[in-house]
Amino acid sequence: MSPTKDDGGRGIRIRGVSKIYSGTARPAVDDVSLDIAQGEFMTLLGPSGSGKTTMLSMLAGFASVTAGSIEIDGREVSRLKPHKRDLGVVFQQYALFPHLSVAKNVAFPLQQRRMAKADIAAKVAEALELVHLGDFADRLPGQLSGGQQQRVALARAVVYQPRALLMDEPLGALDRRLRDQLQREIARMHRELGMTFIFVTHDQHEALTLSDRIAVFNDGRIEQCGTPAELYERPETLFVAQFLGESTGFRGTVDRAAGVLRCGPHALRAPLLEPALDGADGVVVVRPERLELHVEAGRVAAGHNRVGATVTEIVYVGDRHQVGLRFDDGATGTATHPVGPPLPAMPGEAVTVSWDPRHQAVVADPTGSSVPSPAVEVTADA
Amino acid sequence: MTEPPRDRIKGGKEGGLGWGLRTAVALTGLLLIAPTVVVIPMSFSGADTFEFPPKTWSLRWYRSFFGSEKWMYALLTSLQIGLLVAVVATVLGVAVALGLTRSRFRGLGTVRALLMAPMIMPGIVVAVAIYGVFIRWQLNGTAVGFVVAHTVLALPFVVTAVSTSLSGYDRTMDVAAATLGATAWTTFFRITVPLVAPGVLSGFAFAFVTSLDEVVVALFLQTPDIQTLPVQMYNSITLEIDPTIAAASSLMVVVTTLVLLVPQLVRRERRTR
Amino acid sequence: MTTTTTTPAVTAVPTRGREGPRPRGRAALFILPAAALLLVFFFYPIATIVWRSFTEPHAGLGNYTALLHDGVSVKVLVRTLVTALIVAVSTLLIAYPYAYAMTKVGARARGVLTVIVLLPFWTSLMARNFAWYMLEQRGGPIERFLGAIGFDGVVLLGTVAGVALAMVQVMLPFMVLPLYSGMEGIDRRLLDAAGSLGAPRWRAFARVYVPLSVPGMLSGFSLVFIMTLGFYITPALLGSPQQSLISQVIGDRVSRLLDFGGAGALGSVLLTVTLLVLFAVSRFAGSSRALGKAVGND
Repeated sequence: MSPTKDDGGRGIRIRGVSKIYSGTARPAVDDVSLDIAQGEFMTLLGPSGSGKTTMLSMLAGFASVTAGSIEIDGREVSRLKPHKRDLGVVFQQYALFPHLSVAKNVAFPLQQRRMAKADIAAKVAEALELVHLGDFADRLPGQLSGGQQQRVALARAVVYQPRALLMDEPLGALDRRLRDQLQREIARMHRELGMTFIFVTHDQHEALTLSDRIAVFNDGRIEQCGTPAELYERPETLFVAQFLGESTGFRGTVDRAAGVLRCGPHALRAPLLEPALDGADGVVVVRPERLELHVEAGRVAAGHNRVGATVTEIVYVGDRHQVGLRFDDGATGTATHPVGPPLPAMPGEAVTVSWDPRHQAVVADPTGSSVPSPAVEVTADA
Repeated sequence: MTEPPRDRIKGGKEGGLGWGLRTAVALTGLLLIAPTVVVIPMSFSGADTFEFPPKTWSLRWYRSFFGSEKWMYALLTSLQIGLLVAVVATVLGVAVALGLTRSRFRGLGTVRALLMAPMIMPGIVVAVAIYGVFIRWQLNGTAVGFVVAHTVLALPFVVTAVSTSLSGYDRTMDVAAATLGATAWTTFFRITVPLVAPGVLSGFAFAFVTSLDEVVVALFLQTPDIQTLPVQMYNSITLEIDPTIAAASSLMVVVTTLVLLVPQLVRRERRTR
Repeated sequence: MTTTTTTPAVTAVPTRGREGPRPRGRAALFILPAAALLLVFFFYPIATIVWRSFTEPHAGLGNYTALLHDGVSVKVLVRTLVTALIVAVSTLLIAYPYAYAMTKVGARARGVLTVIVLLPFWTSLMARNFAWYMLEQRGGPIERFLGAIGFDGVVLLGTVAGVALAMVQVMLPFMVLPLYSGMEGIDRRLLDAAGSLGAPRWRAFARVYVPLSVPGMLSGFSLVFIMTLGFYITPALLGSPQQSLISQVIGDRVSRLLDFGGAGALGSVLLTVTLLVLFAVSRFAGSSRALGKAVGND
């Protein structure tokens, strides 16, 4: 599952980690195992309450581990106090020391490590240069903007070259323009420093843009872990399909022998089905940009799946059109159409929707209704 | 989702207080409570001395308190002065609070600080200063003198209490009332007064208790003819060693607590209604 | 003694730039009756006592030079300042863990701790001092307790220590409340941040938490110091004439000798010290308020 570089046991190994907060029955983190390679940018993605922040807290040592082990570069750390773990942490609310200047904030971890004064000054200057805040060394954090404060926090968290940098929704408190800007800076820092980054977010776009790999959390467990492309193109669960990007889903029953998903009147082609899905309720998931719209059904390529639908609306969103669809059975979905080529149909017109089965994913239907409802709309809730 | 929201990293809440901190808090709590706690049992002592804890129990000091012309006269004097002070200080204090919150002029901050000055000035300096001029004006030993002096001391408490409730008062409600056809007077009595009433009530209570409890100025203004209860208590320790003070102290503790509790209870009642 | 904290409750007139009746200058007239009362019965008497210190019995600085040379006043003043300092420091040391605990416990426990710390406010001044008189007297509970743990014959009544103990108790609310409200604003995640940066728990506390609680400490400390300087009843009842504090000397000069000039001189010194402390604090508070704002922003 993880890119196996031969780096002599470096990296982070999480094995069977659970966390149960006192007074709660359900684990906040439930038997999670994950390997993070040295230098990797790993994102923990999930909705609020999915356990991703608790996982980060256990990595950092702010929360104790109920069960399992955490190894950093071959050393078991799950019982160590935070200050002995040698990790950098960036918080959503910056957590800069308001009584210390920017330079003193950045110098703090170096002083804890008893570094010589001259070395500290040089390192601090270097770190502030890295985040383009060299001129702000003597300011108090309260005199900086949110974006600047977060950059100071980044500088402070990497200045002592920790074994990994943990970030808890670091962009969450910023407005959109600053988010994009800081996102690029974080990507650049990752390239330049070659440090392991572990990034917690609920924002799928941040996750897709920044990460080498993404671990999708839900209900305290990892639903799926993989590269952004893997997760987007080959979601293994309905939750992953829903949470990452938009998609249209067709609900039905899997007939593995015939290689189809029976979905009301349709039999959607589904090659390469997992054996476990045979006879079970399943969902065919297709991304909007993979849906093709045809006015004449005869134009559909051979071997493609097809479903009849009516166009309900067309929304221009700048870089593309979003086409709202109502399928024959009354369910709804979305397709996209590029700006430029003429639109295939106008609202109210009937179309045939088709797609190449290679671009779909078939996942188990967790709701498991035995009555097949042919099509369901599946959209991201984030 | 049934899981408690744990969105952001939170720190320090795991574990709670260590034993060292618990011990420190317990000892500090004991220090805070001790004096109040010893007063009440002491008043039921059967002995003639201030021995604590008492070996025998009786109601004799309450009998002595309520049977003594001197103590009853002091109590009555204190209650009368206290009520007058509370009325005068509340009227003046409400006016000040209204003035401070509803006007702006150069030096407003200074005026506010000066009005609060009696709270922070050393009591003995105030007492000696007032005594000095009251001798000349022949006000010492008079009820007017006591009321005026105590009003000065009580005023800041009323202003603070009323200002607090006024500052939480949204003046757009006045506008709302006006657009609904209310005159300025109707607005004041139907909207402003009910909203500010709890603050005024606690200001009144504070003023009453301030006067009832005041000793330093009262010691200087006293004459054999007019003595307040705290002065009588002071004299009973320094001059007479009269255990009746134990009963008087218990009564004072109970009365001041009740008076200060009433506005709190009224406030809670209004909130839950 | 009953009082509220002196944090100014009204800070800003909320009507500026908002729809609403414009504040009228007329409302300022409401202040006049109280202002007149204070002018005549508070500021005038204080001005008079200061004036008399320069004029009675003879015009000039005679009363002040006498203070320097009578061999007692300077000693009393120093003793008063030292006592106030000891009381303020002890109160701070006792109040700090208590206020810290208040920020860490749940809402219910916090309510109980608040009621307990406010108890000295609610307890009548004379009743409280009488209670200390009983507790500290010869053969009283404190002497017996100290005897039981091996310190025989320690009687606090009549000593500066006995006076200070009673002062600390009544001053605790003035320290705990500002401390608590300051600590409430401190983001506990800063301690986590310090931990992740390599600081052990105690060093994170010393380097981050304690400095951020300085504004609360300062306002509590100055309040306690000033108020302790002016205590009269407690030293009069629990102290001794041989170790009197400045308030007692002022009181005695007036009540026994009718020496308003000498009392006025001592009173003026006391007033000056009070105002100097207030001034210093307000200067310092300006810079620490900027910090508080930064903390609040976070």
